[in-house]
Amino acid sequence: MRTDTSGDWQPVATLEVLRLRARLLEQIRAFFSGRRVLEVETPVLSAAAVTDPMLASFATRYIGPLFPHGQTLYLHTSPEFPMKRLLAAGSGSIYQICKVFRDGESGRRHNPEFTMLEWYRVGFDHHQLMTETGELVMKLLAPALGLNPPEKLTYREAFLRHTNINPHTATVLDYAAVADAHGIRVPIDLHQHADVAVWRDLLLTHVVEPKLGQGQLTFIYDYPACQASLARIQPDEPPVAARFELYLNGMELANGFHELADADEQRTRFEQQLHARAASSLPAVPLDERLLAAMCRDAQVSREAGCRERPLAHGLPDCAGVALGFDRLVMIACGARSIEEVLPFPLDRA
Amino acid sequence: MATYSTNEFKAGLKVMLDGDPASIVENEFVKPGKGQAFSRVRIRNLKTGRTIERTFKSGETIEAADVADVEMQYLYNDGQFWHFMNPETYEQIASDKNAVGENAKWLKEQDVCIITLFNGVPLIVEPPNTVVLKVTETDPGLKGDTSGGGGKPATLETGAVVRVPLFVQIGESIKVNTRTGEYLSRA
Repeated sequence: MRTDTSGDWQPVATLEVLRLRARLLEQIRAFFSGRRVLEVETPVLSAAAVTDPMLASFATRYIGPLFPHGQTLYLHTSPEFPMKRLLAAGSGSIYQICKVFRDGESGRRHNPEFTMLEWYRVGFDHHQLMTETGELVMKLLAPALGLNPPEKLTYREAFLRHTNINPHTATVLDYAAVADAHGIRVPIDLHQHADVAVWRDLLLTHVVEPKLGQGQLTFIYDYPACQASLARIQPDEPPVAARFELYLNGMELANGFHELADADEQRTRFEQQLHARAASSLPAVPLDERLLAAMCRDAQVSREAGCRERPLAHGLPDCAGVALGFDRLVMIACGARSIEEVLPFPLDRA
Repeated sequence: MATYSTNEFKAGLKVMLDGDPASIVENEFVKPGKGQAFSRVRIRNLKTGRTIERTFKSGETIEAADVADVEMQYLYNDGQFWHFMNPETYEQIASDKNAVGENAKWLKEQDVCIITLFNGVPLIVEPPNTVVLKVTETDPGLKGDTSGGGGKPATLETGAVVRVPLFVQIGESIKVNTRTGEYLSRA
């Protein structure tokens, strides 16, 4: 028998950081309990998966009673879909703290499994939820870090301020010129094939993000409609998504939506994403019919969508939801440079 | 043609960049929660020694460079080439001025160097971190001053010039740090 002497059985995070994690979790639970937001738990394993081409789900297989011939189950990338089913069933405002899983993501700010805090507020729009998110994060971090009051910028304002271009009208050539001016060099085929969204993300991650959230929380909102994800689209010139992100110390901390409640529109977006997955040779995934059924307001439509009995169902209530990366919050709270420093056992010690 | 995908990027990986062999110094995975993932790398051109930044879309591939580091013993210089031998296989290889560069002044016969080969041809010659070389020329005066302050230039057997303490005399061997060019001690 061989004994591993490399020492990688040991945790990376110090005991002090683990205590900080526990303390922050306690404070989060106290915050929501004080606001009468219900803590819930939903399945990690799901028969359906997220369709977003930018998110890769892990898949595993269940064999046993109920599925004697086996059933593929996906590890959730966020608890969004089942939480929305609870909302549709009349849960009222809810929150969850759970591990989520994203294949292919490992780096200084990424670990393929990480802890997410996700919550939904019935009757809130994304601006009200930004306010609450700011209150929570300030409560958790401000005493130690001495942060200034939060600022809010539209996506357009953030790009104009830091790149001098309007992200709603700029072309690949405009983005390429800014990248060049900032000394960002990319392979030539990005110029030839890439769509504007890829360039926007390139400049967002390389130029804009590092400048956001310096000494204060920065909320970015009114995203390009093509990045709406599960947010409503608001009329504007051009229309923008009722979506926001929170940044601190140049790091993305949270992503929220004024939630899309229209089941038909949601199905269309899922299907568009499935087409985009196919076009990029990404694996097809089953879309979440149970979510779509829960979102149906009309009983007739819901029967067609395959819903058998929905005694409480009344569609998704008007609500806003946000997901916050808990490990990154801990990183900022303890000044860690890498996510590994706040995880007992990151990927290479899992 | 061997290739590496961005998932294989890590420090030390040897790849072809703009036609030159290059070594990845640092790789950072960057991704907006709901957006495109990138590999942002710092990469050193092994021919010029310059380190630059480059960003790749996740999933892209890059050509591998046939680069290997081997330990070889320095034999002699024939006026044009520096000759080295693999002490295990006795295989010999000649390196030109581009590969040896500034390090020529630290090369002493029998010393074991690290040679970076690109497609089998020496690309970089790295001398040992410290070498022992004989002083061939230095100001003989000021004998008796052992304070170590000040110092004086001394020419070594390989032609290198380093600052040495005043007590170091012609004919003595000294230990030198080749990375900084600093005198360490008498050998």
